[in-house]
Amino acid sequence: MNFEQWNGFKGNTWKHTIDVRDFIQENYTPYEGDSSFLACATDSTTKLWNKVMELYKQERDNGGVLDADTKTPSSVNAFDAGYIDKDLEKIVGLQTDAPLKRAIMPNGGIKIVEKSCEAYGYKVDSQTDYVYNNLRKTHNDGVFSVYSPDIRAARSSHLLTGLPDGYGRGRIIGDYRRVALYGVDALITEKQEELEILNVDEFTSDVIRNREEIHDQILALQDLKKMAEKYGFDISIPASNAQEAVQWLYFGYLGAIKDQNGAAMSLGRTSTFLDIYFERDLQNGILTEEQAQEIMDHFIMKLRLVRFLRTPEYNELFSGDPVWVTESIGGMGLDGRTLVTKNSFRTLHTLTTLGPAPEPNLTVLWSTRLPEGFKRFTTELSIKTSSIQYENDDLMRATLGDDYGIACCVSPMKIGKQMQFFGARANLAKTLLYAINGGRDELSGKQITPKFEPITSEYLDYNEVMSKFDNMMDYVATIYMKALNAIHYMHDKYSYEALEMALHDREVIRTMACGIAGLSVVTDSLSAIKYAKVKVIRDATGLAVDYEIEGDFPKYGNDDDRVDEIAIDLVKRFMLKLEKHQTYRNSKPTLSILTITSNVVYGKATGNTPDGRRAGFPFGPGANPLHGRDSEGSLAVLNSIAKLPFEYAQDGISYTFAITPTALGKSDEARISNLVSMLDGFFKQTGYHINVNVFDRSLLEDAMEHPEKYPQLTIRVSGYAVHFTKLTREQQLDVINRTIQDRI
Amino acid sequence: MENSILDKSQYGRIHSFESFGTVDGPGIRFVIFMQGCSLKCKYCQNRDSWEIHAGNLYHVDEVVKKIDKYKNYILPSGGGVTVTGGEPLLQASFLITLFKKLKALNIPTAIDTSGMVAITNDMKELISLTDLFLLDIKHINDEKCKALVGFSNKLELEFAKYLSDNNKDIWIRQVIIPTITDDKYDLMQLKDFISSLKTVKNIELLKYHTLGKSKWEALNATYELDNVPPATDEDILKAKEILRYIDYV
Repeated sequence: MNFEQWNGFKGNTWKHTIDVRDFIQENYTPYEGDSSFLACATDSTTKLWNKVMELYKQERDNGGVLDADTKTPSSVNAFDAGYIDKDLEKIVGLQTDAPLKRAIMPNGGIKIVEKSCEAYGYKVDSQTDYVYNNLRKTHNDGVFSVYSPDIRAARSSHLLTGLPDGYGRGRIIGDYRRVALYGVDALITEKQEELEILNVDEFTSDVIRNREEIHDQILALQDLKKMAEKYGFDISIPASNAQEAVQWLYFGYLGAIKDQNGAAMSLGRTSTFLDIYFERDLQNGILTEEQAQEIMDHFIMKLRLVRFLRTPEYNELFSGDPVWVTESIGGMGLDGRTLVTKNSFRTLHTLTTLGPAPEPNLTVLWSTRLPEGFKRFTTELSIKTSSIQYENDDLMRATLGDDYGIACCVSPMKIGKQMQFFGARANLAKTLLYAINGGRDELSGKQITPKFEPITSEYLDYNEVMSKFDNMMDYVATIYMKALNAIHYMHDKYSYEALEMALHDREVIRTMACGIAGLSVVTDSLSAIKYAKVKVIRDATGLAVDYEIEGDFPKYGNDDDRVDEIAIDLVKRFMLKLEKHQTYRNSKPTLSILTITSNVVYGKATGNTPDGRRAGFPFGPGANPLHGRDSEGSLAVLNSIAKLPFEYAQDGISYTFAITPTALGKSDEARISNLVSMLDGFFKQTGYHINVNVFDRSLLEDAMEHPEKYPQLTIRVSGYAVHFTKLTREQQLDVINRTIQDRI
Repeated sequence: MENSILDKSQYGRIHSFESFGTVDGPGIRFVIFMQGCSLKCKYCQNRDSWEIHAGNLYHVDEVVKKIDKYKNYILPSGGGVTVTGGEPLLQASFLITLFKKLKALNIPTAIDTSGMVAITNDMKELISLTDLFLLDIKHINDEKCKALVGFSNKLELEFAKYLSDNNKDIWIRQVIIPTITDDKYDLMQLKDFISSLKTVKNIELLKYHTLGKSKWEALNATYELDNVPPATDEDILKAKEILRYIDYV
């Protein structure tokens, strides 16, 4: 391949095969300086952003949804071009023909679409409704046609939670950079060659499926070209300058979010790739820093407009309107050069030019060797905006190389070479209660699992509990994997992500991304049983419904090995059980310790636990200790969490940290340097992820009472950011109570 | 364990630990709150740390082991260990052992104290092992000092002078309590005293707050400053104005 659009670019390998990493390595300019080069928002950016803010307001005033097209099933090339203000926009493209107007995606499930529409006062067009209820089977239909009674029981009792069986699974990152670098025609040619490779003598079901998928990928790429044409762009050829590179890349992403309503629709790792185009234009004198920032601002603005039509229950589970447009920024290269570029700064700088926002989900890949200027810049922004999460690049680079990105909150994957089957999570706290009750639900009394021998003694014996808990975990792992295999088989069949997968290599690594909720509850429960005495309170039917603790016990989150070892053991134990099972498409099982904000909902559905937690109370989010259990300060918590083994939780370990400005340090300077040292120390000790929130309790309390005053107030909760005012009141209280570290 | 047979150079009575201290000395500090204090400060925010025989006993090696786990945070931040309380100097022999071990690990040490102790040989040794003193001047006016904390300020002023004469870095701390420690003439006198010291590196004016009141109530103790409002930013600014010419204020 050779294109005139590549003039000035170095290297060779990437010109012969699709290899974006090679292109980056050959051409990027590491930046070790500070933020002083950055430009302010231009007038047209401010004007455009004000229009967006006005649209946000209308959306809020309209009950959360501004408008919806309930007739057209969304797809890559559905809808005419749409604009906010065509004359002002440097980067164009909307999901439908108008900003914030939502589309329906019934391939995932028509019932969900109907419910989502009704919740906001709409009705699905009768013809569309007829087609999907009578003619076209959906992912949701497929899954429920094969679910067995044991899976259904586990699901309705909240033993398995949040499964993507009625909504899009998401967490797949297309390598959108390929659209800009190669143009779509070259990508189609590549896919056609892949089809030829798959023209083998034996048409096994695997070969047939792969051929059908690649065929659909080619159709999706052709649709993508047509979609861009509606906006007046020919993306069959490579992008020729920075503005086009951003536009081409965004079109790739836009196609994906028109095609799929995935639980997380992440962007990848694009900033440094784009920097190469910005640098070339700056060198050639055809672009100024103001213009570069303007292009990025307009791009990010588009990412802040991404919307899906979802049910209120979904929003209660995940809070607000999450999309997880995760962009991974920074990190170090395998050759020791930093992958931080000026455009890494520009992306983050949008938190200033446009103000804080939950999306895109800005994720800094932290290495202790990152340039000081970048460390200081990101932490200063964190302190000001609470809109950044950090993940351990030194840890991930070892196994994933230097061109991976984060999907959703904490799930790492090699861009264009790896995808995952998202599996939500199993409720480990309920699993423990089921072990004690022989599989009866502690709230309903119903027999959910097959009958196991319950514990009948007055006081819980650690060894007996562990042996029964271990058996129950075996059972949960088994039905969990059964459910996930069914879900992903059907998702591939009825709601295949053709465009996103078109932006992948033919042979990809697939992981089966399982998860657990309630780690700290179970850890403390087992610690109480081991180190104190726990008496069981049973109802008339013999069901254990409450526990009395006599004596004290070590609690998770205080850097105390006696209890932290229990948490480590739980993670390993469950992971090893998952690994025993056959997985759909031979995917590799992985585990995350992540709940997002669903810790509140899961807590609601779980009875009293042996650690003294009351029925209905929220779990700690992700890998957090239970609220109020940590007594030795933030670093003790970080040390406990850093002990959890990434090799057994390769889908990520999430920790949400919140602190008041005064507790972080006495001056702005001290706060920055303390936060840098904190992150360096945590990641050096192999901590995996941290959300950083810095704000006063009083500010949040005021925001609860006067949401209208804080339209942009963003906080980070277990892996992603949300508008604080979009949380339910329960979630708001949970955030305030559990996380704010404010020592007198 | 009986107190009488306890080796006080090996065991300390400790109220609690804070792994992420950011307000008691430079950088990130591991803060040890020692148990026990003989002063009776009416505004005390840690009333629960007075009782000499309360708290938990820790062997010095346990404490060192704990601190060692935070080296990755403390050292790069330019921080260290700060011992506060309670009154740390009541357990000087324990701190001597602890600080010797911390010195061996190159971890900087600080003590937050009223300095209301006699300078014994033990005290001299402890001072030599301490990199920084956060010296909380209770009240520069001796009569008012007695009324506020129950003791004369004579020892603490002597202590300050000893630190200065022996080239020990000092951060002066003064809690600004409206109507009690914010008198203009008192602050001018404080200014004179601070100016007489050679090793003062910083002066911190701390805002009196009432968040510690609940701890008194929990112990059924009467909180005498009920009618005194918390200090405001303006109170601090006023005090700063008086201490102004000292350039590090």
